[in-house]
Amino acid sequence: MSEPTSFYAQSPTPGEVSARFPDLHPAFEKTAAVAEAHRCLYCFDAPCMSACPTHIDVPKFIKKIATGNLEGSAKTILDANILGASCSRACPVDVLCEGACVMHRYNKQPIEIGRLQRFAMDALHESGAPLPFNPGPDTGKRVALIGGGPASLACAAELRRRGIAADIYDARPLPGGLNTYGIAEYKLPLAESLREIDLLSQLGVEFHFNTTVDAVKLAELESSYDAVFLGMGLGAIHKLGLTGEDMPGVTNALDYIAGYKSGAITTAPAKVAVIGAGNTAIDAANAAVRLGATEVTMVYRRGPEQMSAFSFEYDHAKQEGVQFLWHTVTTSLKGSGKLEALELAKLETTADGSLVPVKGSEFTLPVDLIVLAIGQATHTEFLSGDKVKLERGRILIDRATGQTSNPRYFAGGDCTNGGREVVDAVADGKRAGIGIAASLTTSAGAPGPDSRTRASTTVSASGEQK
Amino acid sequence: MPTLETTFAGIKCLNPFWLASAPPTNCGEQIMRAFDAGWGGAVWKTIGAPITNVSSRYSSIDYNGVKMMGFNNIELISDRPTQTNLDEIAEVKRRYPKHVVIASLMVESNRESWHDMVARAEDAGADGLELNFGCPHGMSERGMGSAVGQVPEYCQQITEWVKEKARTPVIVKLTPNISDIRIPARAAKRAKADAVSAINTINSITGINLDTLQPNPMVDGKSSHGGYCGPAVKPIALNMVQQVNSDYIDGDPIPMSGIGGIGTWQDAAEFILLGSGTVQVCTAAMHYGYRIVEDMGDGLLSWMRKKGYETIDDFRGLSLPNVREWKNLNLNYRVVAEIHADKCIGCQLCYTACWDGAHQCIHMDRTEGTAITFAGTDPRYAMHQANPHNMPTPDQRFAQSIKAISTTPIPKLDLDNLGELGPYATPINRIPRVDEDECVGCNLCSLVCPVPDCITMERRDDPTIPAQTWAERVAAGVVPTGVSDANHGNPNHQ
Repeated sequence: MSEPTSFYAQSPTPGEVSARFPDLHPAFEKTAAVAEAHRCLYCFDAPCMSACPTHIDVPKFIKKIATGNLEGSAKTILDANILGASCSRACPVDVLCEGACVMHRYNKQPIEIGRLQRFAMDALHESGAPLPFNPGPDTGKRVALIGGGPASLACAAELRRRGIAADIYDARPLPGGLNTYGIAEYKLPLAESLREIDLLSQLGVEFHFNTTVDAVKLAELESSYDAVFLGMGLGAIHKLGLTGEDMPGVTNALDYIAGYKSGAITTAPAKVAVIGAGNTAIDAANAAVRLGATEVTMVYRRGPEQMSAFSFEYDHAKQEGVQFLWHTVTTSLKGSGKLEALELAKLETTADGSLVPVKGSEFTLPVDLIVLAIGQATHTEFLSGDKVKLERGRILIDRATGQTSNPRYFAGGDCTNGGREVVDAVADGKRAGIGIAASLTTSAGAPGPDSRTRASTTVSASGEQK
Repeated sequence: MPTLETTFAGIKCLNPFWLASAPPTNCGEQIMRAFDAGWGGAVWKTIGAPITNVSSRYSSIDYNGVKMMGFNNIELISDRPTQTNLDEIAEVKRRYPKHVVIASLMVESNRESWHDMVARAEDAGADGLELNFGCPHGMSERGMGSAVGQVPEYCQQITEWVKEKARTPVIVKLTPNISDIRIPARAAKRAKADAVSAINTINSITGINLDTLQPNPMVDGKSSHGGYCGPAVKPIALNMVQQVNSDYIDGDPIPMSGIGGIGTWQDAAEFILLGSGTVQVCTAAMHYGYRIVEDMGDGLLSWMRKKGYETIDDFRGLSLPNVREWKNLNLNYRVVAEIHADKCIGCQLCYTACWDGAHQCIHMDRTEGTAITFAGTDPRYAMHQANPHNMPTPDQRFAQSIKAISTTPIPKLDLDNLGELGPYATPINRIPRVDEDECVGCNLCSLVCPVPDCITMERRDDPTIPAQTWAERVAAGVVPTGVSDANHGNPNHQ
């Protein structure tokens, strides 16, 4: 059942940690927000809206900031993206809305869409107002959602707006999944993720925490709900496969980030190595710097051209003082009782494209902590048999409805797309919520969201009916 | 080298830039600082009947974050003792003999009062007199200001009284709060005024406070209509200046001191091109201070140099012949919009403007190698049929867009990704296309386009068809007699 107190009030992040992770992109002051909003050209069928996986009507919400209609602005955002506050902070806007802004082609700075979105959402949160949507009239239908991350939250919101009960099952003690536990604190504080979810529980979304769904539990849910949404994300981070990986001083990026955000980790040792060069690896490396490490080194098998982190993330890491060892592989972990050093070797690319160690290039890097960030495995073992069709561990879905090969199962987020952004999970969850509602309804047609949300005469993103 | 020196109604001016009678010319100390800043003349804040002012007095409207697009006031004429003003006029003229000081006057409507005031102002050393027949608030309720300007007989009578006494040039300031500004201008001409000035401020309520429901500017919870001015009124002022300067009834046009929304050298040039000999400025100086005159002079001289004009008179009134009655415009002239794809940023403002605000002839159907239809070659056109080609409407396009599924590009996951991670180039399908056959040449798209020279209006008329105006058609008897007549509608659609 829902917690009687707010999730926000239960935020475990210690103040000393928060103080080390101030906002990377600070909030707009009001006059600056209005001035920035006036800069927006108010494009028609705007590229920023198309680039946003949730298709937030960006010019519409920005013009509402310009006119001082902040309530309407927040509603425009939430109508398309129920986690509009989190996304405003966590989204890689350079490759999404702001990357698509026409101002780039006009030799001007793109509109600061992310910060404007945060301004509108912060205003809503500060006002103490509830979500500007009512739950739909009760249909008697019930849906179980596995995993409490962005995909399930977005799906649950669509279901509640259509009068369908939404019960979220999550293994952790607090909701939000990676949105709460996995995003660098300077981008999205854990407490802010929880504050947004508080509004969702007011919409009637039910949460069941500390509940691991295995094959048995899944069978139980399947028999007692009308449909199941799979939004459990990915599994554990891959291991190196070297001896000593279980000794103290070896961790992975997800545990490390969740650890400092929830207060289990408050300091870092002097020498930290991060293995991998993705966005999560950079979040972990920057966190080690903020937590007090004096030498943070990222170790990657290929060069900077091949790193999967966005270039602005790479730039950020350089600014934080992170060092990089390119074309380098970890060959062994050294230490007695606890990790003391890494044995590394340089790699070169052979004619057939494979990477091989360069003879005689071996060297030792003394470290106190190694953080693995070399990608996550899938987490679908509990879907025993051919409950739903998988492809390389990912659940196959109809992108428009989120429906899997099993008509009672829907899915979205990282477990279907291999690990993208919060906003992609929200978009998946939203489409699936609408898809589930359609599938649970007879020929009378899918129930629409409640009438208060349909006041606008324009077609809204969530208004698309299947 | 061009010069800004000029002569207006016999008054020698260092330049054509005068401060209008208003708060910036309230006292001698201000006016001397204004002259130091470069103003060629000042019309003293109106001197006359004793008054009491209210607090507050000014209000304005902002536009999309830009302050004071329009401004209004309910301040009356000078609230200083008349003798103080006259003493200061004398002092200013002693110290700035080459600068122009015009005394703006407003007294009760009787001959003795006007004769007395005219004599005192001229004795103080004023270079000329401006009769305030324009002030639209307060004074008009007492039979002065615009109450005079709105009645041609009063306007003529008082001007005649003034002319009986005056030794210096008399300028009659006209109110725009009248259906035809030429009528009081003719009255001034009949009374042998030496010049006119226009426009005074326009009756206005600038806005309502949405918290208190009280209009601006607020005086103890209430307001009163005030005089509107600033950049917003310039087009109205230009029209009225042109009307007066093109009017030959009751005598040839007399010198005009142009007023209304002037703040830059371009504004000044436009008023002069429509026949003004000097220009008067108030709101811009109230907004930014006297210093704005430096660029007004600098910019105007630079423009004059490029155009080859040596004096103000060289270009004064040159645009007057280009303003005609509508019936004398060429109906066979035709332009169409051309969108220059290399400059287009893909905002689609032209597209939505054309569909909702114009003639539905801009479409989003460009692909590589699209053949553009040329005027007169598209056989599908049917006159007056909305959307004759059944193109998707903007709403339909929008609905398609929000159905599209897009994801965050992640290089590692998107093996077919072309390495595009923003900022992105304008995709060809976001560059609108103009259907020249449908385009009526209204200009709207080129007006909304934020990019300079991205949408240009290109001439497309048939060189074999001579120019023809409505007046000529009426004379020739080729006017439409019904909506299916070939002469009905738009010339593009024939």
